[in-house]
Amino acid sequence: MRHIISILLENEAGALSRVAGLFSARGYNIEAMTVAPTHDPSISRMTVATRGSEEIMEQVLKQLNKLVEVIRVHDLTEGPHIERELMLIKVHAVGQDREEVKRLSDVFRGRIIDVTDRSYTMELTGTGEKLDAFIHALDPGMVIEVVRSGASAISRGAKAI
Amino acid sequence: MTSLTTTQDRPSPELETEELTGAEIVVRALRDEGVEYIFGYPGGAVLYIYDKLEQQQDVKHILVRHEQAAVHAADAYSRVTGKVGVALVTSGPGATNAVTGIATAYMDSVPMVVITGQVPVALIGNDAFQEVDTVGITRPCTKHNFLVKDVRDLASTLKTAFYLAATGRPGPILVDIPKDITSHKTRYHYPGKVSLRSYKPTVKGHPGQVRKAMQLITSAQRPMFYTGGGIILGNASGELRKLVRTLGAPITHTLMGLGAYPASDRQFLGMLGMHGTYEANMAVQHCDVLVALGARFDDRVTGNLAKFAPHARIVHVDVDPSSISKNVRVDVPVVGDLQQVLLEMNQVLTENDQRNELQAMQAWWAQIEEWRQRDCLHYNQDDRIIKPQFVVQKLFELTGGDAIVTSDVGQHQMWAAQFYGFDRPRRWVNSGGLGTMGFGLPAAMGAQVAEPDSTVVCITGDGSIQMNIQELSTCLQHHLPVKVACLNNHYLGMVRQWQEFFYENRYAMSYVDALPDFVKLAEAYGHIGLRADTPADVEPVIREALRLKDRMVFMDFQVDPTENVYPMVPAGAALSEMILV
Repeated sequence: MRHIISILLENEAGALSRVAGLFSARGYNIEAMTVAPTHDPSISRMTVATRGSEEIMEQVLKQLNKLVEVIRVHDLTEGPHIERELMLIKVHAVGQDREEVKRLSDVFRGRIIDVTDRSYTMELTGTGEKLDAFIHALDPGMVIEVVRSGASAISRGAKAI
Repeated sequence: MTSLTTTQDRPSPELETEELTGAEIVVRALRDEGVEYIFGYPGGAVLYIYDKLEQQQDVKHILVRHEQAAVHAADAYSRVTGKVGVALVTSGPGATNAVTGIATAYMDSVPMVVITGQVPVALIGNDAFQEVDTVGITRPCTKHNFLVKDVRDLASTLKTAFYLAATGRPGPILVDIPKDITSHKTRYHYPGKVSLRSYKPTVKGHPGQVRKAMQLITSAQRPMFYTGGGIILGNASGELRKLVRTLGAPITHTLMGLGAYPASDRQFLGMLGMHGTYEANMAVQHCDVLVALGARFDDRVTGNLAKFAPHARIVHVDVDPSSISKNVRVDVPVVGDLQQVLLEMNQVLTENDQRNELQAMQAWWAQIEEWRQRDCLHYNQDDRIIKPQFVVQKLFELTGGDAIVTSDVGQHQMWAAQFYGFDRPRRWVNSGGLGTMGFGLPAAMGAQVAEPDSTVVCITGDGSIQMNIQELSTCLQHHLPVKVACLNNHYLGMVRQWQEFFYENRYAMSYVDALPDFVKLAEAYGHIGLRADTPADVEPVIREALRLKDRMVFMDFQVDPTENVYPMVPAGAALSEMILV
């Protein structure tokens, strides 16, 4: 099963590599990983999308907690949560495709952020599935470049993790 | 509460007036930490530190001949004393040579601080001379590591390093110090205590879980205790003895746990696992409640996991939550410091006065005694060729069972564990987790430094001893009268044994041709060498070695080259499926 794990950790050189190293050393899978400082600049928040059985997830959480720089670990998929990912996508857009791509972008609530006479660059946010769906809706030959941020996620309700 | 390297704990100007260099701070911090001995090897990046070490007497330095040995010696010093071991090495090759020692200590959870020199801050990342990414290389084999980039953070980082090494599940901490930092000056302030928002190890056991555990244990018909290195590291041997004696239950130890419960006591069934005793392994396989204390269900202990202790409900106490339910599902987990939790368990036992049903316990012991009758460690010593087991048995007898014994890795290690009965903790020092050949001799040095008046014996083999043989020179320089007992079978014996059992007697690269004359070698290093060729030589050689109290003695026992370690649970088999003699 897919899990989204939120990690609060000291914003220090090497902390990211400790977490990444733990996943590779213990053979845990990483689908995506994002990290940036929080409103407290001494703390970073990392979001890891991973897959594994219940037993493996229990170990993942325990092993993460064991890292000296990790302050808090939480499996967001245990409760209601919101997941978002940012995608920047550059596509060929000439002739009648220009109108078609713009319509499709509107349907997916994307925004066109750069235009040339032959291309559009768009910004989309949403769940991973939504972004996948957008890519599939385009003619595969049209896509020039895709940049995805990986999932960011937060729990629902008034409390922090 | 601070993050790991914030400057909050930097010295404030009013605390001390005098400014110290980074090198002076290192030495002062070691002194303030109560460090008596460090083990190391100098080099360019640590010369300022060595210069300051030279100008004081509080912190004494043992000069090894290879950085790996410095770390092993510091490791053994820690295992024997319970204090944090300290090693000091230079950058680049100094640090990489130390890695095997660090990984060894990490696998066996030994509290240690390793200080490495680094190239000056401005050169980091430039492929400078003797530069290596030490924190990068050691990240997976340390509990934590630091690169100090500001002299004002040096004292607090060292304090944090000692704190992290010794608390929670102990382990090695590395502090990498660039050369220029050791010459920069700042005011010295060594923090009194450390509080980290990201690191809060659990000490006390959850009271409900402790009660649940005791309920399960005392309701057992066939209880069995299985304890590991955690009891030794946690100084929990006293509480363990009390609990196990009160309950009258059988107990076994892992390789790392030997000495926690007296080997001479009837309730002790010997070691369990791949080369464990028949009675210990059978008892684990047939018990209805297994009490695992400070042990981690290692593959060398459990055999085939699917068939491990099939009838047992399991209680597991460990300071490290990630050890619980890692390999084996546990019924009653308790996270906490072993000494503390065992104290709580003993309290519950006193209050409730609950005991296991007498009749069931009698039947259980009758069964165990029957298994014990199998005499699985039996061997025949004729008058022609020395059996390695006989050497260890004689060592045990002639040292009164009270030597500190270090070992290397292989057959001799297993025979030492099987035939030298330890009645006290911290007398048996070996590399259990990583299985590092070359550990034994430097470990013996560290043990001898820790206890100058004790007999320290390194039980080793002709393969392992050559992996750090250069340390004989250290023994001479620092007057360390360790006794090496080399069970010389001219083979990498454990490799040979596996090749005999599982590779149809094809002895690929396990025969060690062209061995040195160890007696002459010992003499070349300025020591005494003794050789035993026949069984009749064994006792006189050991007696002579022990008589030479102040000399390092190398005993070369020419033992049966084809002897195997029994019992043996083949990899992948259940614990009860032992190959017996």
